[in-house]
Amino acid sequence: MQGKTVVKVGLSTCGIAAGGQKTYAALAREITKHGLDVELRRTGCIGMCYIEPIVEIISPVGENDYYGAVTEDKAVQLVEEHLLKSVPPYGLQVSHEKENVFSKQVRVALRNCGDIDPESISDYRSRGGYESLRKALLEMSPEQVIGEMLASGLRGRGGAGFLTGLKWRFTRAAKGEIKYLVCNADEGDPGAFMDRSIIEGDPHAVLEGMLLAAYAIGASVGYVYVRAEYPLAIVRLEKAIEAAREAGFLGENILGTNFNFILKIKKGAGAFVCGEETALLASLEGERGMPRLKPPFPAEQGLWKKPTCINNVETFANVPWIILNGGDKFKAYGTEKSSGTKVFALAGKIRRGGLIEVPMGITLREIVFEVGGGIPGGKNFKGIQLGGPSGGCVPESLLDTPVDYESIVKTGAIVGSGGMIVMDETTCMVDMARFFLNFAQNESCGKCTHCRVGTKRMLEILVRITEGKAQLEELDLLYELALEVKEGSLCGLGQTAPNPVLTTLKYFREEYETHLRERKCPAKVCRELLSYTIDAASCTGCGLCTRRCPTAAITGEKKAVHIISQEMCVRCGNCYDACKVNAVLVE
Amino acid sequence: MAAGCACQTTEEKSLPYAQLDEVIAKYRGEAAAIIAILQDVQELIGYIPKQSIAYMAEKLHVSPAKIYGIVTFYAQFRLAPVGRFNLMVCEGTACHVNGAKSLTRAISDELNIAGGETTEDGMFTLERVACVGCCSLAPVIVVDGEAYANMTPAQVRRLIGQLREKEQSAGEAQIAKEEL
Repeated sequence: MQGKTVVKVGLSTCGIAAGGQKTYAALAREITKHGLDVELRRTGCIGMCYIEPIVEIISPVGENDYYGAVTEDKAVQLVEEHLLKSVPPYGLQVSHEKENVFSKQVRVALRNCGDIDPESISDYRSRGGYESLRKALLEMSPEQVIGEMLASGLRGRGGAGFLTGLKWRFTRAAKGEIKYLVCNADEGDPGAFMDRSIIEGDPHAVLEGMLLAAYAIGASVGYVYVRAEYPLAIVRLEKAIEAAREAGFLGENILGTNFNFILKIKKGAGAFVCGEETALLASLEGERGMPRLKPPFPAEQGLWKKPTCINNVETFANVPWIILNGGDKFKAYGTEKSSGTKVFALAGKIRRGGLIEVPMGITLREIVFEVGGGIPGGKNFKGIQLGGPSGGCVPESLLDTPVDYESIVKTGAIVGSGGMIVMDETTCMVDMARFFLNFAQNESCGKCTHCRVGTKRMLEILVRITEGKAQLEELDLLYELALEVKEGSLCGLGQTAPNPVLTTLKYFREEYETHLRERKCPAKVCRELLSYTIDAASCTGCGLCTRRCPTAAITGEKKAVHIISQEMCVRCGNCYDACKVNAVLVE
Repeated sequence: MAAGCACQTTEEKSLPYAQLDEVIAKYRGEAAAIIAILQDVQELIGYIPKQSIAYMAEKLHVSPAKIYGIVTFYAQFRLAPVGRFNLMVCEGTACHVNGAKSLTRAISDELNIAGGETTEDGMFTLERVACVGCCSLAPVIVVDGEAYANMTPAQVRRLIGQLREKEQSAGEAQIAKEEL
């Protein structure tokens, strides 16, 4: 490979959605056209999703330049200027930006993402891939592997934060000839994409992590339960399994030992509750994904009533690194009780949205303003939702909270699987609470009355608040219901569903009260509480709004100022969306 | 033959029984593979016809209610066919914060359909989904596997027009071809 220029294009779901395939094709075409001796490669997500498609050009001596937002035509420019004339087009350069984004990051789980070709096992092996497996199988006992995991202090990255080594020890100790290993890749939290990016960017890391876990607990069959909504992840996983089998890392007598392991992919069918481990197991058995009471824990009675260990994608991706570098080295990062690094998906009202991996203990402020670059458009930060629909909203006053399991729980939120949604002054917190509750309500499996009916009643109150139909006293009822639902639900979904409501009530109560007392939405989101008028100074009389108005509430002659009848207006907002000169005002 | 109902609906007649049998055989008729079987059937037919539920129930030796329960439990399964273009509006958190609701509203308004419905001409279906995982491109609409990033209501209306035109010109090309 030395002596050749390498061009890499980020082709994960986000890169492809931004047009990465077309960029790749354009680069290939141009490189062939000019007969350049350049190696064009595909890679996974580097994490800077906001400027996809990203192209990295590595010179024969190893110097690299990053280019962002490289669309098809920019790809042509890139080939002509960088590759042909050796004059890097500075307008497209994002190398400096990359340094900023990466300055606070430590990449363990994401060590290869955006670097290697996810569909090439030799690429993975060139970065030390499958060396941990060799080390474990040939030099370590299963107990030693578990010991190393315990030393690392790695806690399950799926949300609950249970010690991975301990889970493995329990499953190993459980009685039974047959034991199963399951990888939970049913990432259902809307606004989180850590697991998808890891599988799409480095599927072999997940496989190797699973192999190490299987060796440690004594399992010979494993399943990856992955969302059907992630087709690319499934394809890359299938290819990885095939390549690993051919290379002798999967199957019988792996690396010449008596360790056997086969791995199967099971596609989920779209149910958030299947992220809960007992529900996931029910779904694997072909049933409706409904949780059951614990104990017995899956470590004792899991899939088909056999001892089963379930870990999340990101957890597995950390394992090979820990076995190769030692648990102590992982523990050197992070805090006493929350060791290591954690991947977060940054999205919402944030300048540099994407995927990041930071040491635990970093503050929320550092993540939002230093790694994420703050809020776009000069707006003010309002809150950050951690842990998705099961988590909570943290206000600005708590931005200096360190991100570790214990400190985040104290705020009322949870670290969860790692979704972080940033909200600014244009986000209505009552609407957000309604959004999350609506999600939880839709996804409630219906087993527990408190979750099934309680969330529905809570949602009804929230809807009425956003429509200006509720009374102030109903806030107390909402609070009371929230506590009841938490207490009366069997699984994590119901127990945590009220969290977004409870945290917004705690930190943004005045916003609820403004909705109730003044019948106004300060963020101008709740349409029923807004009034639309037309600014006479800027209206051009084009008539676009009139045509879009469903109730004929807008009148006016052509090329004359239009007027909205407040009696007839149903506040649908169509006129506001339609107006090209921003003449429709909202209050 | 299908269990439960003796009447022969047109839908039942048009079921590709041989292919259904193949799918069931692929999973060796195991009831535990119901989800995978249903996924294959949906891939095959585009949705899960009600009559196919009775047929599968008989083959798999489970009650139709059990299969129906699974079909309605998981969001992926559909009991009705989708339109030529399935407009998937992502209503995940990031998209919601960035105005996904206004996109849904624009589609509803333009096509006069609610979430989950299909236009009478069978051209468009509006599907509201929880998260497609392209959070940094929010708000996103996915049509035929292609993601449209940073959408506005105006762009959505334009997209609908473009898709309609595309389909019409494809249809005309087809007619012209047949006439030749």
